[in-house]
Amino acid sequence: MAEDEKPPEGPQSGSAEPAAPVEQNAPEKPAAPAAEKPAAAAEKPAEKPAPKPAAKKVVKKPAVMETAPWEDELSGRIKGLFGDRIGEPLTYREQDFVVADLDAVEELLAFLRDEEGFDYLVDLTAVDYPKKEKRFEVVWILYSFSKNTRVRVKALVAEGEKAPTASKLYSTSDWAEREVFDMFGIEFEGHPNMTRILMPDEWEGYPLRKDYGLIEQDEGWVRENLNIESAQ
Amino acid sequence: MADTISTAPLPQTDETFLDANEMVLNMGPQHPSTHGVLRVILKLDGEKVLGTECVIGYLHRGVEKIAENRTYQQFGPYVDRMDYVAAVSNGLGYCLAIEKLLDVEIPARAQAVRVALTELNRIASHLLWLGTHALDIGAITPVFLCFREREIILQIFEKYCGARLTTHAFRIGGLQYETYDVFEKDCIDFCDVMLGKIDEYEELLTTNRIWVGRTKGIGILNAADCKDYGVTGPVLRAAGVEWDLRRAQPYSGYENYEFDIPTRETGDTYDRYVVRMEEMRQSVRIIRQAVSDLPSGPIKGKVGKVIKPPPGEAYVSIEAPKGELGYYVVSDGSLNAYRLRVRPPSFVNLGALDKMCRGSLVADVVAIIGTIDIVLGEVDR
Repeated sequence: MAEDEKPPEGPQSGSAEPAAPVEQNAPEKPAAPAAEKPAAAAEKPAEKPAPKPAAKKVVKKPAVMETAPWEDELSGRIKGLFGDRIGEPLTYREQDFVVADLDAVEELLAFLRDEEGFDYLVDLTAVDYPKKEKRFEVVWILYSFSKNTRVRVKALVAEGEKAPTASKLYSTSDWAEREVFDMFGIEFEGHPNMTRILMPDEWEGYPLRKDYGLIEQDEGWVRENLNIESAQ
Repeated sequence: MADTISTAPLPQTDETFLDANEMVLNMGPQHPSTHGVLRVILKLDGEKVLGTECVIGYLHRGVEKIAENRTYQQFGPYVDRMDYVAAVSNGLGYCLAIEKLLDVEIPARAQAVRVALTELNRIASHLLWLGTHALDIGAITPVFLCFREREIILQIFEKYCGARLTTHAFRIGGLQYETYDVFEKDCIDFCDVMLGKIDEYEELLTTNRIWVGRTKGIGILNAADCKDYGVTGPVLRAAGVEWDLRRAQPYSGYENYEFDIPTRETGDTYDRYVVRMEEMRQSVRIIRQAVSDLPSGPIKGKVGKVIKPPPGEAYVSIEAPKGELGYYVVSDGSLNAYRLRVRPPSFVNLGALDKMCRGSLVADVVAIIGTIDIVLGEVDR
């Protein structure tokens, strides 16, 4: 019983529900167990309907993260310098980020490193949104030892477009950019050695793209190098 | 492969018979001192290293891709298999990242048990590092002693959750299991034993002339280079930067514990050894504080059986035994992570190998690989 009561604490699952990309199935599925459970628990039938309409209202909203504007001195300085070359500085879960135009990234990173003390590139990665016009979102995570804060810089990159390298600013980005290239096929302009790092050099395809299947593989490579028909 | 190493060719002197030529030497991937399957291509002038290039990826399992195809709970055990020497730390980082997205509060008891287990794991990881690192350099004894003490830790893990190495000790929201009856006593007993044992290792090594000769001044990476290469953990602290995420951005209640952050000045292999030895002592301190006053109460926060974080993204990192271990998770509100990126300390730290090796001798390369403390499962993911 005690366990049955946990799912009904459903505002959580309820609010998450609208975010599900499949619009039709998502409301149906939770609805069925939700209808059964109150019957089984026979305790809180009155409470059940309450969260549901609330959830349905949210369904109409696009599934996006609920960001708040990031407003402090740093974001003010960034805005003052880069103006319309960057998007609105935002914050989510107390983590600040800013989306910049691709051609402003190098300048922004240099500004953050030299003027604002973000001297440590924590990580560099990418996210693939195949349905968007510019499908990749490249993310630089920076940390400042003196301020003890992190900032994320993001930029949208279209297929075939080249992102600027940060290897002149941070040596970390040497391997990190190679990994992004390896996994997503995003090239970084000016990188001294833009080759694969984890996958074999001759491998075809970019595994972390969304259109690359979980069990997909470069069969030609597997046959040639491993002498087996398939690695699956 | 090797020709991509960007070292200027040596000046050719045709006049002498003993013409110095560059030589390319392959080390690994099957080489005992590379701690797994790491291939290093060395460019040498005699015994002097002119440059190195790492070839990695032999253990690549596509963990990040798997994460996109598993539910949040299902992916839990996978993270243990990256840095399998410090599986508990991996699990903690992963749970914290998802909990950040869910915005749940973790009960104090769960937090304290997490700290105790994570610190035990830190000692276990450092012990394995010490044993194998010393073995690489030629000291056979420490590895036996280290595994002896590590066994006690693994037994505590086994009693707690049934697994010794890939423990999957934590769950999103807190803990799966309540501690066993004599958990606190086992931990305290271990702490009592451990301090003496650390002195024992130090007696063997710290003033040992061979050990000092093989490690002092070897593989120096100063603070500026550490930051430039993103190198964290004991390597950074050995270069004199007093930075530890447990202190800088406390998580899981680390702000409630007293501990020191050991640092050294030079940033050579010997300093990293000293830092790690001291870190084990500090971990013992933390474990004592954590288990001597375990709060009572629930062990799991308010998380549903179905974990569906709202759409959003978060980067959460912890101080793993090897450095900053981060998870960047993007949620689209479904059952699976839309994207889960692991920021592995081993991978990033290994990136500085070339910098550390240049100008040293071939034999030192083995010491330097050991001193970075890599786990190839985490490098390749």
